[in-house]
Amino acid sequence: MTKHSRWALMTVAAGATLLIASHTLAQKTTADGIAEYRALLADGNPAELFEAKGEDVWKKQRGPKNASLMQCDLGKGPGVVKGAFVELPRYFADTQRVQDLESRLLTCMETLQGLNAAEIAGTPFGRGEQANLEGLVAWISSESRGLKFNLPQGHAAEKTMFEVGKRLFFTRGGTHDFACASCHNEDGKRIRLQDLPNLTKQPGAGNGFGAWPAYRVSSGELWSMQRRINDCYRQQRFPYPGYGSEATIALGVYMGVNSKGGESIAPALKR
Amino acid sequence: MNSNIKFLLPAITLASVLAACTTLPSGAELDKLATDTLKASFRDQGQAKVDRLVQDDANRECSAADVAGKPIDPKVAEAIEAANLKMVKWPTDGQFLGDWKEGEKIAQNGRGKTWSDAAGSENGGNCYNCHQIDKKEISFGTLGPSLYNYGKLRGVANPADPAAKPIVDYTWGKLWNAKAYNACSNMPRMGHAGVLNEQQVKHLMALLLDPKSPVNQ
Repeated sequence: MTKHSRWALMTVAAGATLLIASHTLAQKTTADGIAEYRALLADGNPAELFEAKGEDVWKKQRGPKNASLMQCDLGKGPGVVKGAFVELPRYFADTQRVQDLESRLLTCMETLQGLNAAEIAGTPFGRGEQANLEGLVAWISSESRGLKFNLPQGHAAEKTMFEVGKRLFFTRGGTHDFACASCHNEDGKRIRLQDLPNLTKQPGAGNGFGAWPAYRVSSGELWSMQRRINDCYRQQRFPYPGYGSEATIALGVYMGVNSKGGESIAPALKR
Repeated sequence: MNSNIKFLLPAITLASVLAACTTLPSGAELDKLATDTLKASFRDQGQAKVDRLVQDDANRECSAADVAGKPIDPKVAEAIEAANLKMVKWPTDGQFLGDWKEGEKIAQNGRGKTWSDAAGSENGGNCYNCHQIDKKEISFGTLGPSLYNYGKLRGVANPADPAAKPIVDYTWGKLWNAKAYNACSNMPRMGHAGVLNEQQVKHLMALLLDPKSPVNQ
């Protein structure tokens, strides 16, 4: 059996088990169910498929400049991938911006490979170059698995983005008056049966922020942090946040700094 | 590079602000930067337009208090509550209670008003996302208080009885505009914001207050 079909089978089997478990053990918390599901898969998170794809995309010569991303600087020097994820978002001198992993990858795809960053940012999740980004974030985050979040806050721009992100986190608006904080500002809360991490401090921030990118069992997709934030805002009844927009990066800084010391398990496995 | 310039335009504004300062901007400057960042980062999608980012007094004052990590000034809270109470629309025919069975459906329904919901489609109340209501439904959230036995606990044996009037009025007002009683309540202003219509609020009233509703068993 090929690796791919084995994965597909395991995913289906595990998904079915999760369904049964959720019916018979409804009183149990969702976290328990997911922990059980993770144990069931043991070393078999389907995110590994995306990781393998991402490593290929990183190394492959592509785009109008027929170049790879192997000279991309993710903050620790050109080509250094290990440990980069747990220090993002951070300030980059060449762009004079604080960038998260995905906006930084767009910069590299444009400058190194000659691809069109704006066009990729405007592409729906999961299609075209966005599908390549899914692989890239899966692989790059996996290269920091087990490391602790330690975002730099030395540059004034990084501190400013933390403060902006904090304000955005508490911004109430939309038809329902929701802010990120409406669901993620207290310990031990749930929406329906879903446990909600308190993203304002440890350990909630590390558990929440530190789990994405993640493979989502319910949709069979690999979701990046940008996609996670995008869908939070959808459910918040807000308008549409631009991919890699400053608001999403500022929120990443706020949650990432709050995660300091938390261990990265990305790409994790989610409901 | 052209595409890059267009794409990064909001970022450049921010970058120039950031590059100009070596120390952290003041609180007021950060507030403005956050507002500008929000404006530059969001766009219309489906029925979710950028005008949803415009905050009224309640949302602005409560967000600021949350950022400061302090409760809102009691005088400001009072003014917000009074203004919101004034905006409560009471039932036009004087009937407060509908059908609890319909109310249960509305409480279960979490759809509506997102950019992926069709404009004009019927909205749900999202109630179970945050509240325990009918004890038979075990999939409930804990962001809000339990509403199980809501009417019974408040001694409402007959919602039409004048003795029940204060509770009936309060419950209607709370469902219509939660900020009328608690300026920084996390609860959406269901009627006021046009999420639920008068008839839907009546059904939810019945779910909470009808002695025959499973909530009060």
